[in-house]
Amino acid sequence: MRLEAHNLRVERGGRTVFQDLSFTLDSGESLIVMGHNGAGKSTLLRTLAGLVPLTQGQLNVTPSTEMTLAEQLHYVGHADALKPTLTPVENLSFWAAMLQSDRPGLAPRAALDALDIAHLGDLPSSYLSAGQRRRLSLARLLVATRPVWLLDEPTTALDRGSQEVLFNLMRQHVEAGGSIIAATHAPLDLSGKSLTLGTAESAIA
Amino acid sequence: MNAKLETDAHRTSLRPVTALFRRELAIGRRIGGGASFGILFFLSLVVLIPFAIGPDLALLSRIAPAILWIAALLASLLGLDRLFQADQEDGSLDLLRTSRMPLELIILVKCAAHWLLSGLPLVVAAPVFGLMLALPGSQIAPLVFSLLVGTPALTFIGAIGAALTVSLRRGGLLLSILILPLCIPVLIFGVAAAANDPMVGFKTPFLILCGLSLIAFVGAPIAAAAALRQSLD
Repeated sequence: MRLEAHNLRVERGGRTVFQDLSFTLDSGESLIVMGHNGAGKSTLLRTLAGLVPLTQGQLNVTPSTEMTLAEQLHYVGHADALKPTLTPVENLSFWAAMLQSDRPGLAPRAALDALDIAHLGDLPSSYLSAGQRRRLSLARLLVATRPVWLLDEPTTALDRGSQEVLFNLMRQHVEAGGSIIAATHAPLDLSGKSLTLGTAESAIA
Repeated sequence: MNAKLETDAHRTSLRPVTALFRRELAIGRRIGGGASFGILFFLSLVVLIPFAIGPDLALLSRIAPAILWIAALLASLLGLDRLFQADQEDGSLDLLRTSRMPLELIILVKCAAHWLLSGLPLVVAAPVFGLMLALPGSQIAPLVFSLLVGTPALTFIGAIGAALTVSLRRGGLLLSILILPLCIPVLIFGVAAAANDPMVGFKTPFLILCGLSLIAFVGAPIAAAAALRQSLD
């Protein structure tokens, strides 16, 4: 699968967040989006996820399927989309059913185990620490298989060990033919294309 | 072979629906028992009004259907402002929009779960509360049926308001102001059916009430989905 973006331009509240943004991303590739605070990294990811409308430009996915781009991607944003009254297993089972894909993903407990929080499976999620909540929302990537991962500051609140776990998962996903677009200002241990926002003309490096 | 494919497709399309429905019920039950709050509010309104009216049993029994309907209308507003706001604040709504389920269907399922937790208990409690207001025995069945058919319409209309006010911090008040006028037709025909007046009868207002509920069932998810898409850019 190939994702092509041509001359993307997004306006929010009358202000241009970014313009003339173009990139291509094939299966098995990753794109690191960098830029200072407010450069539009999160807006770009939300645009790709279909949550913010494009003002101008085109997003093409080839080969085209009857699924939209949004239905083929995982979005991990700043909000963790966890219900504090549900347990981690219940949260994950729900998202596994909701974000269902053609190929089945890991079982919720196996996904929790992959992120070293299997022992918290039956606690209400409100008891989890910020880092544990982050790991729980990353476990969502594993319970439903989707080809594109959109990760917005994925290392936030993670300790060094969990960051390594995350980088391993990201590398495995890319090696298995998936693609990743990650927005960050901390260096990610991941090789791939990079895109810097917030300069006069956004260019692919 | 063909039949198997069909059942598979059927299962894949139904699994998210049941998952969402069960999640909504689980959250609703665990957060402070939404059902009991509605009933308690209903009860306190019903208890208050006889104090305000005074010891005129004939008057009370004549206006009992109206009191019960107003109380049900106000009780069904409770918690409605959180219908989408909770999901919007924690990012769930963003992810729901990346699922293959249309937003309209998501709203429909959320409304159904909300009604089951907040509307149905009112319907079940209504006969008891009717007795407290000296509602004649012959009017209890019309009251229950009118509430059973009418309260889903209130939930669906409320969902439009909830979607319009999703990004407002204190949207609850605005929500009430927005949707109470839209509830007037439901109230008119609901009370008319519950009153079972010899001149009007039960059937005509009841059928109109059914029609209003069906219109809300079809129209509200579409309107609420449009409002959500607008407000979430």
